[in-house]
Amino acid sequence: MINLVDTLLQGSLLGGRYALMALGLSLAFGIMRLVNIAHGDFIVLAAYLALVTVQALGLHPLAALLIVVPILALLGYAVQRGLLNRAVARDIMPALLITFGLSVIIQNGLLEVFSADSRRLQAGNLSSIGLSLGEGVSIGWFPLMTLLIAALVIAGLEQFLRRTRLGRAFRAVSDDPEIVQLMGYDPHHIYALAMAVAFATVGIAGVLFGIGTIFDPALGPPQLLFAFEAVIIGGLGSLWGTLAGAMVLGVAQAIGFRVDPGWGILFGHVAFLVILAVRPQGLFPRTRDA
Amino acid sequence: MNLLEASGLTAFYGDFQALYGIDFAVAPGEVVAIIGANGAGKSTFLRGLAGLVRTAGGIRFDGAAIDHLPAHVIARRGLALVPEGRRLFPSLSVEENLAIGGDRAGAGPWSLDVVLELFPMLHERRRAPATALSGGQQQMVAIGRALMSNPRLLLCDELSLGLAPTVVKDIYAVFPRIRANGAAIVVVEQDIGQALGAADRVYCFQEGRVSLSGHPRELGREQISQAYFGLH
Repeated sequence: MINLVDTLLQGSLLGGRYALMALGLSLAFGIMRLVNIAHGDFIVLAAYLALVTVQALGLHPLAALLIVVPILALLGYAVQRGLLNRAVARDIMPALLITFGLSVIIQNGLLEVFSADSRRLQAGNLSSIGLSLGEGVSIGWFPLMTLLIAALVIAGLEQFLRRTRLGRAFRAVSDDPEIVQLMGYDPHHIYALAMAVAFATVGIAGVLFGIGTIFDPALGPPQLLFAFEAVIIGGLGSLWGTLAGAMVLGVAQAIGFRVDPGWGILFGHVAFLVILAVRPQGLFPRTRDA
Repeated sequence: MNLLEASGLTAFYGDFQALYGIDFAVAPGEVVAIIGANGAGKSTFLRGLAGLVRTAGGIRFDGAAIDHLPAHVIARRGLALVPEGRRLFPSLSVEENLAIGGDRAGAGPWSLDVVLELFPMLHERRRAPATALSGGQQQMVAIGRALMSNPRLLLCDELSLGLAPTVVKDIYAVFPRIRANGAAIVVVEQDIGQALGAADRVYCFQEGRVSLSGHPRELGREQISQAYFGLH
């Protein structure tokens, strides 16, 4: 019984990390119908950026967020405006190929600059201290913090999309990029701003990823896979759905780890496939697409 | 001076030529109707004016050439299009659909309150999703959304398509108010009676060309049906 509670808790907390990783993917798909194959590599890139910032300025890794997040947002704007806008709107395929190319470039670029050695952002005892919830059940502060940050970011994004002018323009361009022009909005600019927001979440995910685990240049693709699974399980285009999907994925992995330490990832993939087979629209699809 | 002038306007969809040298003008405050059969090029012409379809030839709006400008810049200059099929944003509420029309607007007489006063039945439904409204109400939202940009020229594509005659009458009834607030109007209309009743001037399109133009009162019935259907 205690084992079960503990497993569910650890899995849900793991879900916080996956949710944070998946948000950018979910936003980009929701607004632009664009799947960014390099998403995981940008997360790893953000972790390295945090590493450089921490080493150069002697900051605490969490303080590096203040530098990494704006840089990633700018990078997101530039990537969308300079590259992806040429491909989006026509078909889903060209954007897939471009971001696949970016993925290869980022991995090899990181390998060249930082070598294949594993790194970690040193955050003192933040990543080791925990909170005991009674006999046999304890949770780590850092995973808890990650989950709370994920929930806060989602709540903030939801409010932003619902209540601000720019958020309204994001929803409108997702509905009908042609008609948005008649409202005086340049869809290319709106797309690039949306990608900037998506990349800002990638920056947050990258820094927390770097604190939570050791990383190396090759870790992008698995992060993309987890993020992708979380988005699909949750239902395309819904941010809270993405959190729910990430938690399902996390719990499935935690159960797998409990059964056999080598089976955790496999159980996550199986849960994904089962949901894809049983409920292909995901748990909480955006109603208008249903 | 004319508010809008198109001269020798042509447009292509791939190899298919949709417009052949259209000459067209609108004076400030004027209501102009474009009639013609399906496929005559009316919608293409409006979309070309709004910058959604690439055209060759010349378009001058308010004294400046606009035919090389992207659609969002043309919209900000005060040329608004109510597109065929209304094309409201399904994820936005009625009020949001209206408000987004005013996001990039210049100063002018229209605001959310004024538009809701023009179409009172939208007031109580303003929190509803735009797609939950009836066709006529959706058309009102589409017009209101365009008005929110405080346009100098309002282009309306097929306002009456699929709507009951009484609803169409209600919609055309707001034209005098729009005009009084300083906008000229161009309507593309298949309902010839409606178009002739509302317009100061009328153009008839046939196979991508202007087959007839003039003042409704001066044009004979036969003349119009000949220009419309191409019968001789």
